[in-house]
Amino acid sequence: MGELRTIVEAACPGAVIGEAERAGELTIEIANERLLEVARFVKGPPLSFVLLSDLTCADFPEDPRRFRLAYQLLSLESGARLRLRVWCPPGEEDRPEVDSVTPVWATADWHEREVYDMFGVRFRGHPDLARILMPLDWEGHPLRRDYPLGGEEVQFTDAV
Amino acid sequence: MGEGLPVAEEARSALEAARREGRPLTETERAIAGAEALTPQEALARTEAAEAADHRPGARRPMVINLGPQHPSTHGVLRLVTELDGEVVRDLHPVIGYLHTGIEKQCENKTYWQAITLVTRMDYLASYFNTHAYTMAVERLLGLEVPERAQYLRVVMSELNRLTSHLVWLGTSGLELGAITVFFYTYREREKALDLGEMIGGERMNTRYFQVGGCADDMPPGFERQLREFIAQMPARIDEYEEMLSQNPIWLDRTRGVGVLPADRLVDLGVTGPALRAAGVDLDLRKAAPYSGYEHFDFQVPLGVNGDAYDRYSVRVREMRESVRIIEQALDGMPEGRHIADDRKVVLPPRGELATSMEALIHHFKLVTEGFTVPEGEAYAAVESPRGELGCYVVADGSPKPRRVHMRDPSFVILQALRPMARGGYLADLITIIGSLDNVMGGVDR
Amino acid sequence: MALIPPPGSPLERAPRTDPEIDRDLRDAEEERAFERSLLTTTVDKALAWARSSSIWPATFGLACCAIEMMHTATPRYDIARFGAEVFRASPRQADLLIVSGRVAQKMAPVLRRIYDQMLEPKWVISMGACASTGGVFNNYALVQGVDKIVPVDVYVPGCPPRPEGLIEGILILQRKIGAKGLPSSADLRREQPAA
Repeated sequence: MGELRTIVEAACPGAVIGEAERAGELTIEIANERLLEVARFVKGPPLSFVLLSDLTCADFPEDPRRFRLAYQLLSLESGARLRLRVWCPPGEEDRPEVDSVTPVWATADWHEREVYDMFGVRFRGHPDLARILMPLDWEGHPLRRDYPLGGEEVQFTDAV
Repeated sequence: MGEGLPVAEEARSALEAARREGRPLTETERAIAGAEALTPQEALARTEAAEAADHRPGARRPMVINLGPQHPSTHGVLRLVTELDGEVVRDLHPVIGYLHTGIEKQCENKTYWQAITLVTRMDYLASYFNTHAYTMAVERLLGLEVPERAQYLRVVMSELNRLTSHLVWLGTSGLELGAITVFFYTYREREKALDLGEMIGGERMNTRYFQVGGCADDMPPGFERQLREFIAQMPARIDEYEEMLSQNPIWLDRTRGVGVLPADRLVDLGVTGPALRAAGVDLDLRKAAPYSGYEHFDFQVPLGVNGDAYDRYSVRVREMRESVRIIEQALDGMPEGRHIADDRKVVLPPRGELATSMEALIHHFKLVTEGFTVPEGEAYAAVESPRGELGCYVVADGSPKPRRVHMRDPSFVILQALRPMARGGYLADLITIIGSLDNVMGGVDR
Repeated sequence: MALIPPPGSPLERAPRTDPEIDRDLRDAEEERAFERSLLTTTVDKALAWARSSSIWPATFGLACCAIEMMHTATPRYDIARFGAEVFRASPRQADLLIVSGRVAQKMAPVLRRIYDQMLEPKWVISMGACASTGGVFNNYALVQGVDKIVPVDVYVPGCPPRPEGLIEGILILQRKIGAKGLPSSADLRREQPAA
């Protein structure tokens, strides 16, 4: 598993800034600006991670970098999986941004729209970045940790 | 601007928001707003102006219609803003989100054990698979070993769920294309399978039978006999369905050559499951990355040739036969042992012990009120659901509640393939394609 | 088990399309005047019988409850016995709106529009926990109870309710309409001692 990291580092020097391995899953942390380059490399031979299974985000408001994207990749030939991790700091104007990987994997289209809808992360170069799950005029990004759960107050219970 | 209907209000305020931010409208916003943000008077005026401007004889303008979200044939609340030129679909924009339930956000407020009941309701036809992916991800984070008997039980219920999901797909696809008889036949079998699910899980649908560490309960007495009776007659019933459809000239005419995309395009779009296997790509997670004991079973992965709607139908019917074989092998080879893991910090103690053992009582109390904690980390576990790769990404932060639960739902991804598949075809073919893709809106919108 | 809202419960519900035509049968005052004027004649008994024996639902399946609703149309549970197997796709041809499933915020205006497009007399069954109260999902995304949008006649709890539960809901609706000369729900309430 460590060879994957060395292969990626050899092709894109300076892009890999971290690595984690847990329960047989390998995660490689990539610098925000180098994402598209690394994506193009891992899709092509020799690694051939042609299927982007999932693209999602987790919000860590206590961390200054805040939004952590995860890209789950699958290789059809070997059945191997890889996870790429990218941080998207919001900056001062609360505009977390990262390059869109739709030129590399077309399936990222709706996944990125969902991340934008739910977290507010913008994807540069996305062909059609509009809200997908919430109504078009919804304000706020529901899956952020500071967005309230909503709903009605239920009396006589402290369950949520 | 005049009063409009509520859906028009949404489009109008989106337009204003875009104007305020100074950014151009995206393609989807233009499609929705163009269809909605007009009062009837404005729409009439626009149509008349367009007609007056175009003097060419026999000139045609695409007609924009709305299919859904309330529509008998869209398999749930899917809205398709379709541009039609006569009967030919020029372009279409799927609009989803009409069933968005906020499950992922709500899971962050529940303990890991409580979240199972929420996660099961996402893709409601494959409820066992949702929980399977979620519990596998949590078990991976905990490093918890699932006993072999529990794995076999999970395989039995998963394959039974695959059967029921394919039966619903076959019935409703037939219903949409006018083959109503097949609907009644498949639901007759589904009733028997749901009875079995009720015996073991307590409920026909949306059970919480899969738990972190195994299964909630062992097979009740009489279950195995009834299940064996069910799978003994299943192959004959599948023959019945095939007899009605496979050589039927109407079915062949309507499904052959419809909705074809090349295999590499499908992989690029993220399509997995029967839709990809119909195009000839051999990707089945049960074989490629075996989980939960699937490596012990001998079954084939049916493949198609052309990737059209007929091949998707044929692949799923053959998958039903393979599911029957897997269930039979699992029942024959069911090992002895526990139906759930032994770790008392994670798994509820058996009910009988609560009356005699103080320690069991304390464990039960702690697990139900506070829940078990999962060490920090992230995991992604994928299962082969009836629609494709169903994955669950769980981020844990050391507390009893998950930090983030995300389901990679195959229906969500497959729906992106609808647009390239349906463009250029007839409107009737669009209905066939939606049926053959077998998407469940609960999974799409979550 | 299907429920009719108990007597005296607050009537804060969405307005009906035309309050004149379809009266609210839970309002005791109006109901008595209505009964005196209308349901005593044989013709109106026949009307009630005809309406209740052929309630045509509109296809409004949203989520898991929709699957159980489909099951009621299949031979084992068979709502064709009650005249209700004709699910009409067009709301203009339907009498009954079975809201089966969770109603998202985005879907709410669509639901109201479909309800408005139906012709009087029309009834609504709220099937399942999510449609009745928001169910398991008490959050930003769902309307907590479909009676905030459309007036509901019968609530069928369950997650999802068994097909038998939905059939009971339809039978209770038939009684509410006044089928077979049976007392309607308003009759039953008048017989109870005033609380």
